[in-house]
Amino acid sequence: MSNIDVKGQQIEVDEDGFLVDPDVWNQDIVEAFAKLEDVSELTEDHWKVINYLRDYYKQFGIAPMIRKLCKDTGFSLKQIYDMFPSGPAKGACKLAGLPKPTGCV
Amino acid sequence: MTDSKTPRLDELEKGAWPSFVTEIKKAAAKKANSQDLLDQLELSYKDKIGYWKHGGIVGVKGYGGGVIGRYSAKADQFPNVKEFHTLRVNMVPGFFYTTEALRGLCETWDKFGSGLTNMHGSTGDLVLLGTTTENLQPCFDELAEKGWDLGGSGGGLRTPSGCVGMARCEFACIDSMDFIQEVTRHFQDAIHRPAWPYKFKIKCSGCANDCAAATARSDFAVIGTWCDTLKIDQNAVREYVKGGFNIDALVVGKCPTKALEYDSAKQELKFDAENCVRCMNCIDMMPKAIKTGKDRGAAILIGGKAPVVKSAFIGWVLVPFMKVDAPYAEIFDLITRITEYFDEHAKSRERIGELIYRVGMGNFLKGVGLTPQPQMVSAPRANPYIFWQDEEVVKHG
Repeated sequence: MSNIDVKGQQIEVDEDGFLVDPDVWNQDIVEAFAKLEDVSELTEDHWKVINYLRDYYKQFGIAPMIRKLCKDTGFSLKQIYDMFPSGPAKGACKLAGLPKPTGCV
Repeated sequence: MTDSKTPRLDELEKGAWPSFVTEIKKAAAKKANSQDLLDQLELSYKDKIGYWKHGGIVGVKGYGGGVIGRYSAKADQFPNVKEFHTLRVNMVPGFFYTTEALRGLCETWDKFGSGLTNMHGSTGDLVLLGTTTENLQPCFDELAEKGWDLGGSGGGLRTPSGCVGMARCEFACIDSMDFIQEVTRHFQDAIHRPAWPYKFKIKCSGCANDCAAATARSDFAVIGTWCDTLKIDQNAVREYVKGGFNIDALVVGKCPTKALEYDSAKQELKFDAENCVRCMNCIDMMPKAIKTGKDRGAAILIGGKAPVVKSAFIGWVLVPFMKVDAPYAEIFDLITRITEYFDEHAKSRERIGELIYRVGMGNFLKGVGLTPQPQMVSAPRANPYIFWQDEEVVKHG
């Protein structure tokens, strides 16, 4: 575990840089994460993905499968990678403040 | 006696054969992370516990796979392996390299990582063992400049792998190396941007000897075969027998479907073509006398995997015979239909074989647009598909 500095506030993240406590999530954190994950500008489309992920996580307690994410937001996987260069799991889920998605290597 | 810090690992250096411990020690002489790796492993042997955490999400830009996050659970004690990620580098079909290409790869790896490699990992990839999160991107960039690319990981298409095929083997019925090259190119997106519920592996062997172990290790196995009949040269058969070759024990008796019979009076090997299952045993035993048919292609087997949701499965026949020639439109289309069905219907961590068990072969075939055929019965000669009624069970004991 380590901390990142977001506008003077210390936010706890895990070794892959995901939020330890999803409830501390706020816009400043999204902007800080965006810089770390090579997202140059947060557009309306970014927020559409972020809000979708947050809503899904609130409802089901896990991240959605990628097929579902693409279907429900209307973005192709390629578009998601264009928006979040480190991908839906490492990029989009991190910005949305979800804890690290589990899965197989 | 000098006190070694790694007495347990030292045991594995004894004997006249190579040792991974010796190799890690050599790397440890140059790199602190390899020393920590060695010491952590010694502690694991002592405590009988593996000290790597599960998983981790790290990667390089634009890719969702190819890097496996590894973190030490004993980072306080072994700070140099706190982050010790694995990179999978897509191997060349058939594993053919110039020494120059390998030197280039190793130079980059010495610069950015531990210098330790697995060549090749069981996925087939060139596996680079141990680097930090910070070094991943520059390492990948340099590898890419030298013409290398990453392989697959996670829930997507894994690095396709195959045997040496026509480049080194007289038995190859299809060009397994070309097929692997082209399937890798065609499905790049599915490798680098994993999107499926779980992994999907494609492996190809040029014949039923299956040197790539595709039947057991891949969801979609492409096995070279033929649809006409074996070619038997009776004169060459006689030469084998004259030379003392025990044809009855080694060939006739080993034929799984009893399709061969040796007539010692006529000195002729009789062959029942209809019953041949193309297992290759007779060809392997008498390569000078028996050859594969001339009308060649591949059988497609589906569902091979190691245990997770269900037990280990051996792949079973999905397509008894299809042509596998460049540009591979038909087989690529089949792969696309199957992976789309897999993506749509599988649960998280469920492999295609498990999905078929869950939904039933009939539904799966309908979903991917294939017609049921008798060859799809997974154990046709062992399972006669007779459904006994209760009273019959009582009657027959």
